[in-house]
Amino acid sequence: MSGFDRSHRRLRWLMLAPALGFVGLMIIFPLLFTLHLSFTDAFGAVNAGKGYDGGQNYLDALGDGRRFWPAVWRTVYFTVGAVVIETILGLAIAMLLRKPFRGMRVVRSVLMVPLLATPVAIGILWLLILDPTNGIANHLLGALGVPPQEFLGSVSQSLPVLMLIDVWQWTPMMALLLLAGLSTLPEEPEEAARVDGATSWQRFRHVILPGLWTTLMTALVLRAVDALKTFDILYATKGPGGGSDFEVETLNVYAYGLTFDYQEYGLAAAVLVLFTLFIVGVVVLLRRRSREASA
Amino acid sequence: MSDIQLNRRAFGRLLAAGAGAAALSACGSRGTPGPDTPLRISAINHVWSQAVRQRLPEFEETIGRRVSMQLLTADQLASSYNVKLNASATDIDVMMVRALQEQLLFARNGWLADLTGLVEGDAAFDWADFQEAPRDRSITRGKVLSVPVVTERPALYYRKDLVSSPPATLDALREEAFRLTSRDLFGYVGRGQRSGAVTQWSSFLYSFGGDFTTADGGSGIGSPEAVAAYRFYGELLDRAGPPGATNMSLEQAMPIFAQGKAAFYIDADAIYSNFLDPTISTVREQVGFAPFPAGPAGSKPHNIPSWSVGINAFSLLRDDAWRFIQWISGPRMVTELQAAGIPGARASAWADPATLAAFPAELAESMRINAANGIGHDRPEVIQVGRARDIVGRPLVAGIIGQDVAPVAAEAHAEFADFLVRDNRQQEF
Repeated sequence: MSGFDRSHRRLRWLMLAPALGFVGLMIIFPLLFTLHLSFTDAFGAVNAGKGYDGGQNYLDALGDGRRFWPAVWRTVYFTVGAVVIETILGLAIAMLLRKPFRGMRVVRSVLMVPLLATPVAIGILWLLILDPTNGIANHLLGALGVPPQEFLGSVSQSLPVLMLIDVWQWTPMMALLLLAGLSTLPEEPEEAARVDGATSWQRFRHVILPGLWTTLMTALVLRAVDALKTFDILYATKGPGGGSDFEVETLNVYAYGLTFDYQEYGLAAAVLVLFTLFIVGVVVLLRRRSREASA
Repeated sequence: MSDIQLNRRAFGRLLAAGAGAAALSACGSRGTPGPDTPLRISAINHVWSQAVRQRLPEFEETIGRRVSMQLLTADQLASSYNVKLNASATDIDVMMVRALQEQLLFARNGWLADLTGLVEGDAAFDWADFQEAPRDRSITRGKVLSVPVVTERPALYYRKDLVSSPPATLDALREEAFRLTSRDLFGYVGRGQRSGAVTQWSSFLYSFGGDFTTADGGSGIGSPEAVAAYRFYGELLDRAGPPGATNMSLEQAMPIFAQGKAAFYIDADAIYSNFLDPTISTVREQVGFAPFPAGPAGSKPHNIPSWSVGINAFSLLRDDAWRFIQWISGPRMVTELQAAGIPGARASAWADPATLAAFPAELAESMRINAANGIGHDRPEVIQVGRARDIVGRPLVAGIIGQDVAPVAAEAHAEFADFLVRDNRQQEF
């Protein structure tokens, strides 16, 4: 290798150094530190661990039928429920908005509104609307003759209500992503199917949906990962522990509680590592499914 | 590109310079603070902090240094300490802490500076003047780690237009609450969140003759007295309380009483001004104040130091931080703040009738009686208070949602007993 090549290679590394340093410091180091912490008995303060615990935190987490596994189930329930409804509604809205119509811009702008607000603000807004005593929702239901509901004050209603709030906030994003996908589809195949006498459903099922599949799966992966990580709206509406009976405690809320309410840093790190593996697993599964369907 | 030649030595120098700059910048934050460095106070957003903030120019003039005061909610404050002090941060000098919630943990972590010599070495500060219960809670392992600045007891808020006199006993309270409950009025409102309700429920527990722990340090929440207190509180909120009570903390319960939708409400006496504020309250003419009603074991409310001030062990301005504590918790300022409606922890201030003139007469009397009967804790005195409250609060929730309390209390009792063994091990520091 000539002197020029060596110098050139060093310069290349030097130019890359800030980016590599950033990735190392902000992504790799926290990940490795969390992994390290997950094998210690750190309690009270992160540096208070007396040593490696031989994976006891993982055994404790996986053997915890009272908090960990119910949190896993709620995470799955919330994500699957919310994302499925958002996808169906988003697709329906995208199909409706596909053809130009009068007032289209206004409708699209209105659709954006829930996306622009922060989740905490949305949480507080819905908390006020759904307050069982002073909220407007029960006043409206009362006018329709429906008995008052507890909504977020109820152990059984809280998670479904929060899923619907998530649907309210994120369906527009699904609609916009799918609308972008629909706008790239060529019109000729659909026209040909129409000429051949295909019904609306047949055109949707056999022409539009296959063409939209890649966009649909990408949107699904993005939304699913985001929904898995939902924290702010759950915490803003139900507080620490996800409510009095841990009714909306997902893995994220559980890990936060272990860290900030219980100061069990070792166990919290183990839960976070398991949670990360879970998310990676979901992404791999969805991408594999997407590739199989495309092939 | 070819004009830029970089040999191995130059490459090494560049890397070394970068690393050196990073190390220097890291060390810089630990250097001696200059005269322009402000004294940083982390505090709860509370009437006490707002009153202190108004008076800061007087203190700034005394020490010749700017003071920066950051006000946060209780949860934000706790999270901020967790994040910053885990990193040994020096950008907090004075810390507002809840002695009963955090002090033991912070002491274990070495996050609070020892104030023993300072409080005892200053005759004018008069450490002995602090009420015994709050003073005791400021001491951990023989060291004074905080100074109490705000004390709190429960008060019974009631509607004078609905009852001729406040109930003197818990049985009378229940009877009246059930009688007054109707479609448009809740007989009683109070905190019902699993963890948030524990502190207010503590006064019910003591008045039924129970406590969180037994004399030998075991779990006390499975005792017949504790089960009776769980059952009483749960039934009160279940039958006379608003829907969704298990999601209610102070922020949800207080407006219900302030909006005239409940007949009785027991919560901290420090929040009384909300019911006299015409912008929030519709019951300012009707609200009455009374001492905590007596249970089978008498009236035994808590009387606790809800907020104290300490010094960050990593602070570089410890002298000025102590001068702040001397100033704000000294006899003169506590008297002045109490006269402005903020109950402090100094016996001399409580002995001075002028300091209670700012409170409604009924409330002042109720505070005096509750302080005399008060018990110095309102939650389990353990390191891991958050987990303890979650365990203790579970039977409360069961009662509120109408479940049978006894089996849930028995389960919680066993869990709490195990927890206390683990927590005791953590207390070996």
